[in-house]
Amino acid sequence: MITAEQKPIKEIREMIAPYRKILVLGCGSCVAECAAGGEKETAMLASALRMAAKMNKEEAVIEERTIDRQCVRDFIVQLDGTIESYEAVLSLGCGAGVQAVAEIFSDMPIIPALNTEFLGQTKDQGLWTENCVGCGDCMLYYFGGVCPLARCSKQLMNGPCGGSRDGRCEVDPEIPCAWQLIIDRLNKIGGLERLEKVYPAKDWSRKQGRGPRKIVREDQQR
Amino acid sequence: MKDESKLKQLLDGGLFAVTAECGPPKGADPEAILRKAGLLKGKVDAVNVTDNQTAIVRMSSIAACAILRNAGMEPVLQMVVRDRNRIALQSDVLGASALGIRNILCLSGDHQSFGNQPQALGVFDLDSMQFIEAVRGMRDSGTIMGGESLASTPKVFIGAAANPFADPLDFRVVRLAKKIAAGAQFIQTQCIYNMERFKKWISLAEDRGLTEKVYILGGVTPLKSAAMAKYMKNKVAGMDIPDDLLKRMEGIPKERQREEGIRICVETILALKEIKGVKGIHIMAIEWEDAVGEIVERAKLLPRPKVD
Repeated sequence: MITAEQKPIKEIREMIAPYRKILVLGCGSCVAECAAGGEKETAMLASALRMAAKMNKEEAVIEERTIDRQCVRDFIVQLDGTIESYEAVLSLGCGAGVQAVAEIFSDMPIIPALNTEFLGQTKDQGLWTENCVGCGDCMLYYFGGVCPLARCSKQLMNGPCGGSRDGRCEVDPEIPCAWQLIIDRLNKIGGLERLEKVYPAKDWSRKQGRGPRKIVREDQQR
Repeated sequence: MKDESKLKQLLDGGLFAVTAECGPPKGADPEAILRKAGLLKGKVDAVNVTDNQTAIVRMSSIAACAILRNAGMEPVLQMVVRDRNRIALQSDVLGASALGIRNILCLSGDHQSFGNQPQALGVFDLDSMQFIEAVRGMRDSGTIMGGESLASTPKVFIGAAANPFADPLDFRVVRLAKKIAAGAQFIQTQCIYNMERFKKWISLAEDRGLTEKVYILGGVTPLKSAAMAKYMKNKVAGMDIPDDLLKRMEGIPKERQREEGIRICVETILALKEIKGVKGIHIMAIEWEDAVGEIVERAKLLPRPKVD
């Protein structure tokens, strides 16, 4: 999933300051799972903003709504007919959601309320960790299901570096050494010999070599 | 033989090599690097010039190496993959060779979070292993990555680092083997304080025949004080300082701790000279270059041999 965290309320208030009627727009997908922009967080943020406006004697109408996915056109168009009555939208979608809504409602200011973070997993309650950089050429087979690009601080494909100690990363002992994890996993599944050869340099053209990426699937098109 | 690395000639000739580290200044004054390196002249065979070590902005390693070479010294250019992508790295290898720099040590580099630019983007387009392979390809096949031909090839002796004290121990030797397979011809190790562990590592390397394929230079750093030993033990990544060594430093009055640090360093070098797989030493006297002369003298490594 895509993870995100809410921006500081002060920054949000500065961005919405020019507007008197604002729609706080939540998203029921990834950002709901990571407790940043779902229905509940949207309601809480809207209420906090209303309270702040009231305390500062500002005239502002702040209402909220959550759609299932801010990054999918079919869901965004549900806002047709209501969004027009607002001066601005404060979006609790990820970066993709904010841009998708802005693309469809092209003359409406769409303000981000979240900082989009990474592709990751919900590891535990209140704990999300980064797993994937979206490189466009998955190498997880070779590395026993642990991605060194996402999880090694130096993105080494031939690690571990000299800073691996007791299974921890030199950058921060809170970080497990991805290469220790790779070695342990491959050892368990009998694939340690995969690490004997020098793994070649990554072909980054699959990620950013031709500018912004897109996927075209004719079989899916109407 | 102008194109040949003096360090390589010496090692090929079976001589025990001595290299030392010299950090470029945090400034643009060429005299600063000459002054520091001047302390090493005649005491060592080659001078490693660090590449923005600990991710702190300093005079570029290539520039400092060129300055040293013009002053008649043999530089070892340290290059890290943290700050440059493969275009810049390969370009700088060509430039370094054009400037007469004949030794390159290919490194990952200290993570940017440790230095004075923690907001910097860490590049890590290549890792040190892939970089070694790229340099070898440029030199031996005359091609850059991807296979395109070069008009002329860089003449460089390729080095890499190894940390015998990092985990997991068994895989340390696999990684050494990979670096050799990629093209590393000499290795400079992390500072050796834990001799027992170092011996274990080198015997594992010997078992795989690696000490015959690469010149291993044992890294040493004289301790300035018990406080430095404690700091390195607890705070510096990849460092292994055994408790009894720390106790030894702490048991000495403060004003004599530098002297003790040098004594430990000399003892380590003398022990390293006895290990078959060790072909030289690399002294990293951090901001203490004037200690190097005394260390090599007491370790009976003077005078240094002349190489043309």
